[in-house]
Parts: sequence; structure tokens; C-alpha cells
Amino acid sequence: MNLTLKIWRQKDKATPGKFETYKADDISPDMSFLEMLDVVSERAQQNGQEPCAFDHDCREGICGMCSLVINGVPHGPEAATTTCQLHMRKFKDGDVIVIEPWRAAAFPVLRDLVVDRSAFDRIQQKGGFVSINTGGTPDGNALPISKKEADLAMDAASCIGCGACVAACKNASAMLFVAAKVSQYAHLPQGQAERSRRVLAMMEQHDAEGFGSCTNFGECEAVCPKEISVRVIAEMNRDYLRATLVGTDA
Amino acid sequence: MSISLDSKSPTGPLAQRWDKHKFDLKLVNPANKRKFKVIVVGTGLAGGSASATLAELGYDVHAFCFQDSPRRAHSIAAQGGINAAKNYQNDGDSVYRLFYDTIKGGDYRARESNVYRLAQVSTSIIDQCVAQGVPFAREYGGNLSNRSFGGAQVSRTFYARGQTGQQLLLGAYSALSRQIGLGSVKMHYRSEMLDLVMVNGHARGIVTRDLVSGKIETWAADAVVLATGGYGNLFFLSTNAIGSNVTATWRAHKRGALFANPCYTQIHPTCIPVSGDHQSKLTLMSESLRNDGRVWVPKNKEDVAKDPRQIPEEKRDYYLERIYPSFGNLVPRDIASRAAKRMCDEGKGVGPGGLGVYLDFSDAIKRIGKAAVADRYGNLFEMYQRITDESPYEVPMRIYPAVHYTMGGLWVDYNLMSNLPGLHVIGEANFSDHGANRLGASALMQGLADGYFVLPYTIGHYLATSGQKKVTGDEPEFKAAADDVKKRVSSLLSIKGKRSPTSFHRELGKLIWDNAGMARNAKGLQAALDRIPSLREEFWGNLNVLGDGDSYNVALEKAGRVADFMEFAELFCTDALQREESCGGHFREEYQSESGEAERNDDQFTYVAAWNYTGNYGKPELIKEPLIFDEVHLSTRSYK
Repeated sequence: MNLTLKIWRQKDKATPGKFETYKADDISPDMSFLEMLDVVSERAQQNGQEPCAFDHDCREGICGMCSLVINGVPHGPEAATTTCQLHMRKFKDGDVIVIEPWRAAAFPVLRDLVVDRSAFDRIQQKGGFVSINTGGTPDGNALPISKKEADLAMDAASCIGCGACVAACKNASAMLFVAAKVSQYAHLPQGQAERSRRVLAMMEQHDAEGFGSCTNFGECEAVCPKEISVRVIAEMNRDYLRATLVGTDA
Repeated sequence: MSISLDSKSPTGPLAQRWDKHKFDLKLVNPANKRKFKVIVVGTGLAGGSASATLAELGYDVHAFCFQDSPRRAHSIAAQGGINAAKNYQNDGDSVYRLFYDTIKGGDYRARESNVYRLAQVSTSIIDQCVAQGVPFAREYGGNLSNRSFGGAQVSRTFYARGQTGQQLLLGAYSALSRQIGLGSVKMHYRSEMLDLVMVNGHARGIVTRDLVSGKIETWAADAVVLATGGYGNLFFLSTNAIGSNVTATWRAHKRGALFANPCYTQIHPTCIPVSGDHQSKLTLMSESLRNDGRVWVPKNKEDVAKDPRQIPEEKRDYYLERIYPSFGNLVPRDIASRAAKRMCDEGKGVGPGGLGVYLDFSDAIKRIGKAAVADRYGNLFEMYQRITDESPYEVPMRIYPAVHYTMGGLWVDYNLMSNLPGLHVIGEANFSDHGANRLGASALMQGLADGYFVLPYTIGHYLATSGQKKVTGDEPEFKAAADDVKKRVSSLLSIKGKRSPTSFHRELGKLIWDNAGMARNAKGLQAALDRIPSLREEFWGNLNVLGDGDSYNVALEKAGRVADFMEFAELFCTDALQREESCGGHFREEYQSESGEAERNDDQFTYVAAWNYTGNYGKPELIKEPLIFDEVHLSTRSYK
């Protein structure tokens, strides 16, 4: 296939970026989207152009490193698929493909298509854990957990922290990300002791980082490569309300 | 000067060794712990769990990762599960059985003391992870669920759907995040270690490059821990993440750390076959698929191009079930991989290039129904379909072996310390516990065992007894190491040749795969050894890295890693050449039985090959650590 790419190029955080156009000829439909970018980068290098920087690592859809807004949609046109797992057979010969970084004030662009997502780490550091140290824990079977609750916790825990939810949201809200962590622990007995403290602390950091609020449009769920449901946001809102009313000791 | 190796393996009854050793280790007073600074490089299962645990104990921890967050480390991609000798299934498991399976699975090329300790602490890992809120799979009664895995006849594998590595890593990441939030771990993101700093014969710091600003920095500490993973990307195509590399361990090797058993590579039997020259990596399909999938090829070569659904039962060769009736499709990884290669070498391979075998779920779907199969493997089937455009519910999967894990790594003693005092190495980066072949679901176990339950004890002993003066980073050794790194970065940028780092990496990887891959022989290894120096020369004469060193430069990052693979490759092949036997993942064609099974040579090769850097990549010095077996009897591994 022969394609035209319009790729966002930006030298660093301080320099304004712009779109540049690249020809991508002889692309195999069996290539992944990132392999297509590899090929285009290799060819550009031959012509003396610096390769375009984009985040990627495992290329198996699990590390959460790859990003890219493809034709206006985070992770591109295929549902429940990260950019690294998207294949060129989903495009047609002659297509023009626009490739941009995640766009949100809390995710500044570092270079080209690479953004700084450390805001997610800082939210996690405020409460995305159970406060126990290594050692001295009871037997794994000491506390039975129903399969249903374990499955609901796992559904939420499968978040890969890629940030597509933020990129898709008109308010650049990260509430799906925060709620996925809050919901995981809310469904497990291990998470109960800090349930109220956790939701308040994580949401406080969420707001401090400059993410917006959820207005229930559900765009985050639509683009989430792990299909995290907005159910978790509803659960978090309930926990948040309860915590603000009764305090963190209850 | 030759180095003598002391493994510090305890003696006495196997089951009491670790307890006795722990008692003999010197402790650091709780009030003094905060005065010791520890650098941890790498934040996967081993590095993440170690950083968190050391900080909980009170040490001043500085952790480094080259990714944008510790949660990206490649441990996250492990799918199938984690072993533990809980015997929850009442099916005859025990610490001793896990120990025995692991020693045998590793083809008797690991230390008994280490492996027994691993089996002992395995049960604590599960308890720890459950307490952290890791959502392991559960039965309806609320208990933890188990499944069986290749190389074992008991169900001891704990799992979280097909994403066990993700959930365990996120557990370690949550513990690490808590410590970062408390200020007891200082986390350095997008920061790559490019050298080790030795002061007075002890490892006292590292040199890093900030991948965003390009700044070269030095960091001083009282001890250094490397948890930088494996070097499977030597082969270019592997199941490793694109960024996984040998640089940190190789740099430490060049500063004097011994590299042990570099040739021990695990080739995983169930990966999606290569589809074309553009391929950037290979994707693993969890080994757990072999619990319900049946592996076969057509009996007749004429049938390889046919639609597999049109090939009748009697014309299919379920070769694993035929050759290994007692383990069947669940034979260990090295056996399954070689059997697949043999079928393809005989011309019975399917798919592009004849490099594939079928993994068929039609019997399982008939037996337990499509819904039950989807419940167990749904996410893997979806991943397969995304990549190949075929549905495993309808058509048998095609799989082929691929490089997955490296059992070799830096040599460490029982305390997980290298021969360089102060330099500790944990997880896949060390060589310690898997011998010549790793069993499925054992990598997660070892990473977390090292990080949560072994290193936090043993590093205290070093800190309490090393008697070294504090370093500040102003010592000349730091400046000299930083200058070396700067010089290397500018040489990579100054070549201005024609070829990209990736094109060299691809060529090197193919050379190693063809000559030192699933099967090796002296002729091929020698051919690779003859070619590597000239390829390396071409690299340093014709590399093209655009841009500068003072900014985010992806080609420069890649070039540095490929440069180290170019050097490491020679050691890898040298090790494979000297080991004139077949054991585990190391299969030398000259040493096999008539039926094609691996033949060990216990009289001559029951040792760890630890290599010392001499300044000449082609002529490293071999130092042998004999392996002594008090408990198990060395036998031919049989899975028939």
C-alpha cells in the first residue's frame, strides 16, 4: 500500500511543533502501525532526516508506553487495541493518516510524539497502593474473595496507564485512570482500610496536575485499549462522596 | 591474575541452609540504615520489589529506569503465571518437589542451595502479592486458583488471567510508588545507566544519561544493584521489549564483573511466526495454551499447504503426544522448541517459509465448549487474531519458537553479589537459579524472590561489613567514568556513515540466530566468531546517527545499545563453543542421542562458566565454578 503521513514534529517542550508530510510507499498490510513508522523512519534517515520520536516498548499491548492519536482517535481506529497492536490492514491504499501526540496540558510534549505522563505516577504515589510492608502477611487463602469480586477487581486492574482516556476527553480528565485503581482496591478486602483516604488523596493530586473533571460523555471508555468501563468512575464518585461526608476514618 | 570464585553456598542439610545463613548474616542497626545509600538500576519485578523493600527497611534508595515509568518494565509482559509450592491443590506438591523440578528442568546446571531457597520463599511471594491487592484468579469458593504449566505434573501456578506479569509488576510498582510518595525512594525516570563506577575495588556508583536532556550524570552510593533484565535482543527478533538490552550488565562486565553462562538462552516454543522482513519483534502466546491446545503437523509433507481443517485426524502427527506420552503437550520449553524445529527441518512445517506448527483448540472446544475456552484464553486469542487476522476458534493457531529469556547473566554468589564487592545483581540480569533452562512461571518467582525476600537480607551484610569510606561523587573515578561515557557518545555521533543502528542490529541478530540459535555446532559458532569483529568494525566505520547528544535522540540511544551487543556477541558465541555438550536451552548438534535428544557431559561440564573481561573480546578468560550436587542424582532428563 502507498500512504501519506502527516506527522507532528516538535524539537522539545519549549519549541512550537508542526505537521510534516511523509510518503509511506510499499507498506505491507501485515505490518503493525509502529513497524510502518519504523520503516518510514529508516527511509527518512537515509535522506538525512532525524527519525521521529515516539514512545513504545513491549509492542504487545501491555506496557502502556505507546500512544499516538491516529486520525483524531487515540490508538487509532480499531477498538480495544493499542497502537502497537494496530495493523496496517485496517487502512486502505492511498489513505492520508494524521499522527499526533496525546494532547493535554498535564501531558507536555517532550519531543515529536513523546509526551510526559509522569503526572500518572504522581497520582499513584498519593494512594494507589495498600500500605503494607514486605513480610508478615497472612496466608494467601486466609481471606476468601468471591470470584465475582476478584473478576471485577481484575477488570479494573487491567488498566495499562497509557493515557488514551485523557487524550480522548474534551476536559482532559484522567478520572478513568484514577477510578480504575480506586475500583480495583474497592472490590478487594485488602483495600478497605484505606478506601476513603485513597480516593481523596488520588483525586486531589488528579486535580492538582491539571486534569479536568468528568462530564459523563464516555469517550474514555470508547478508546480504552483495555475496555475499562465507566462503571469504575461511578463507583469512585460514590466512594468520593461518601469520604467527603463521613471523613477518612470511616 | 586469575580470580577464584567463592559461591558462599552454605553447607549442611539443604532445608536449613537459608535459615542458618540468614542468622549468620550481619545486620545493620535500624537507625543506621538511612545512612546507607543504595542505587537500584531497573524497576521491573526484581528492581521494583527490591527498591520498595529496601526503602521500607530504611535505606536511602535511588532507583533508575530508562522507560517513562517503572510500570513499563518488561516484566509486565509475562502472561502465564507464577509458581509457588503452596500445595493448595493437595496434588503432592512441596518445597522439595518445586526444588527438584527446577533443578531437573535446568538440566542440572544450577546451584542446589540457590534453587532450594527459591522454592522455599516462593510461598511467601504469593502471600505478599495477595496482601498488596493483586487480583489473582479465584475459585467460586473464594480460594486462589491454580493451573499446571510446562515441565510440571502438579498445579502450582498462580495467575491473573493472561496478565500475571502485569498484575505482579503493578503490585511491586504500587509498593514502590508508596515509598516514592513517602520520599524514601528517589526515582529517576527516562535515565539510562551507561557505566559502573568502581572506587577502591568496590562498586560505588553509576553514570547515567538523561534520555530527554542528554545530560551525563554520576551518582554515588554505598552499594549498586543491577536489575536490568536479560539480553535476548541480541537476536534482534525476540519476545523482549524493544528497549531491553545488555548495556548495564555489559558495562559492569567491562569493569570486572564476571559474565556467567552467556550462551544459555531460552527459546520459547509458542510464539507467533515471523510474517516478513519488516518484523520488529516476536509475540509470545502464553505457554498455558498448551494445557488445552494440541500441537501437530501434517504427517505427509504434501499436506503442509492445505487448509488444516481439511486434513483428517489420521493424517495428523501430534508429535509431542507421540514422542513424550507422559508429559505430552506439557513438556518443558526447550524440548517443545526443538521438537518443533525438527518437524520443520523435516519439511513438515506450515505457514510462510514452512516455519510453523499448529496449536489446535478444536478438541478443547468440543470438550469444554467455546465459552470455557474463551474464559481461559480469550485475550490471547484476540491478540493472535489482531496480529495474524485469523481466529483460533476457527483455524488452528500457527506457532514457532522464539528467543524469550536468557538464563545467563552476571555471576553472583549466594548473597546475589557479583565478584565485584558491592555490586549486586538480581532477577533475569543474574545467572543464578535456572541453570540451562528455565521452567514456565519461574521467572516471576525468581524476580520477586530476589527483590522481596533475598537481597534485602544479604545486602545488609555487605553494608555492615564492607568497611568502605563514604564517597561523594567528587572522586576522580567518577569523573573518569563520566568522561568515558561522553567520549563514547560523541564517537557514535561523529561517524556519519550510511547505515542506521537498526540495520546493524538486524544483521547481527540474524547472524547469531543462524549460528547460535536453537541448535548450534562448532562450525557455525566459529563462522559467527569470525564474522562479528568485521561487522563491529563496519559498525564503527559506517554508522549513521543524526542529531546531537544534548537532546532526546532515539537513534543515539539505539546505537549505544547495538554497540554493546556487537561486543557481547563474541562472548556469547565463545561460551557456546566451549560448552561441548547439549544441556537445556543450549543444544549442540554434535552432542545428541540417536533419537535427537540432548546429551549432557556431566564429567566435563558440570560447572558454571564465568568469563572475565581481558580487554580482548575474542579471548575472555574462563573461570569455572564447579557445581556440587549433595541432594539430587544427576540423571538424563526424560519426559517420555
